Amino acid sequence: MSEEKLFPAWSLPREAAAQISLANPLPEKVDRAWALDGSTGAGVRVCILDSGVERGHPLVGELQGAVAITLGPEGETIAEEDLEGDLCGHGTACAGVVRSIAPEAEIHSVRVLGAGFKGSGKTLLAGLRWAIEQGYDIVNMSLSTTKRELGDMLHELADSAYFQRTMLIASAHNMPVESYPWRFSSVVSVGSHEEDDPLVFYANPDPPVEFFARGVDVDVAWIGGGSIKATGNSFATPALSGIAALVLGKHPGLTPFQVKTVLYLISTNVGG
Amino acid sequence: MAERLEAAVAAAVLPAEQDFAELLRSIVVVARAIFGAQASSVLLFDDETDELVFAAVANEREQHLVGQRFPSSKGIAGWVLSARTPLVLEDVRSDPRHSKDVAESTGYAPKGLMAVPLLHDDEPLGVLQVLDRPERSTFSLAEMELLGLFATQAATALALLRKARRARAALEGDPEAVAVAAVAGALERLEGSRRESGRALLDALARVLR
Repeated sequence: MSEEKLFPAWSLPREAAAQISLANPLPEKVDRAWALDGSTGAGVRVCILDSGVERGHPLVGELQGAVAITLGPEGETIAEEDLEGDLCGHGTACAGVVRSIAPEAEIHSVRVLGAGFKGSGKTLLAGLRWAIEQGYDIVNMSLSTTKRELGDMLHELADSAYFQRTMLIASAHNMPVESYPWRFSSVVSVGSHEEDDPLVFYANPDPPVEFFARGVDVDVAWIGGGSIKATGNSFATPALSGIAALVLGKHPGLTPFQVKTVLYLISTNVGG
Repeated sequence: MAERLEAAVAAAVLPAEQDFAELLRSIVVVARAIFGAQASSVLLFDDETDELVFAAVANEREQHLVGQRFPSSKGIAGWVLSARTPLVLEDVRSDPRHSKDVAESTGYAPKGLMAVPLLHDDEPLGVLQVLDRPERSTFSLAEMELLGLFATQAATALALLRKARRARAALEGDPEAVAVAAVAGALERLEGSRRESGRALLDALARVLR
């Protein structure tokens, strides 16, 4: 893209203004029929940044990629093919929720948890950086960190993801603690509602939590090929990731800002 | 130097290990009662060994678990700690591989569990678990909030416990600090006129040493 630029990105000469005419990708009325109908999420690459995803799980189906992130002796990021799968069950659960909503989306697992608590914050950061470099359309983060020193770095990463059109969709905390990255405005943050319909979601008029999706008593995939019933914002987050994948599958090329606007407009308490 | 001796004084007057154990135990006993659950426990994170240690267990017959450790990479509790996010799971026994891990982190194989990270400032200190609530058709977000409130309480208790342990550890192998701590502890235990006399004596000692 940089070769095509006719002017510096930080200013707009008069003669260049005519060259950046942009089409409005949104119709006069954005509703669920326009945003979702007929979409399977095909063509959308969703990354599950979590505890790994069990291969061959019937509720997850095919994995397009699985990588385990570790830190080397100098703190360098090591990304290796993940041969262990899910060490906990949580990542498999998140992948299953995305699959149940967006059946043809590509699912990629990036494992950042499971090796113990020590270094988990830095591994999370390294994994997120790696995921953003891969250019996934959506990165599902049903986790957070409370380390303030990592918060600033996560903020920069979240902003760079936003500008390169990778949506970060992250679980909000339901406790009065500062944690990241869900609080950043470049991230889509998700809490839970108590209803059963996976496509029901609400826009929150009182952020920082921006949306509420289904997160209570959800039947989720779990390790061992089975499923369990689970509650937590962890499971509301992939529900919204799945819905965002449907939007992007039908309308590729929308920016994270535009997808967030569409999500707002079709949320159950606005226009959905 | 001054900081070291101040820590010595703090260590001497901080509540004893036993007081914290009672506080944590009362938190898990109340958590178990409020949720009508079968069991509840608090796990403390040991950052030196990267392990979780049972710090309090509600059930009388499971007190032997207190002090037992397992790696923070194991089970749901370890995940909850690393991801800093609470979880409620039902029907966990449906997976035998999983229930083995869960059993290791809970003391027995529950059917369902709630686990919440204990966070204080920006540090995760441990995990609060509530096991086997009564069977119901649905879980509610109000219960999740309640769990969060207990977590805040338990985290504050754990933060104090950690501070007290660190202060005591700082005293080890430091004869001056131990001497100052002994005096502070002795004064703390005196009552009434004996305490006043003790303080007068310390004031006089301070003047002599100046």
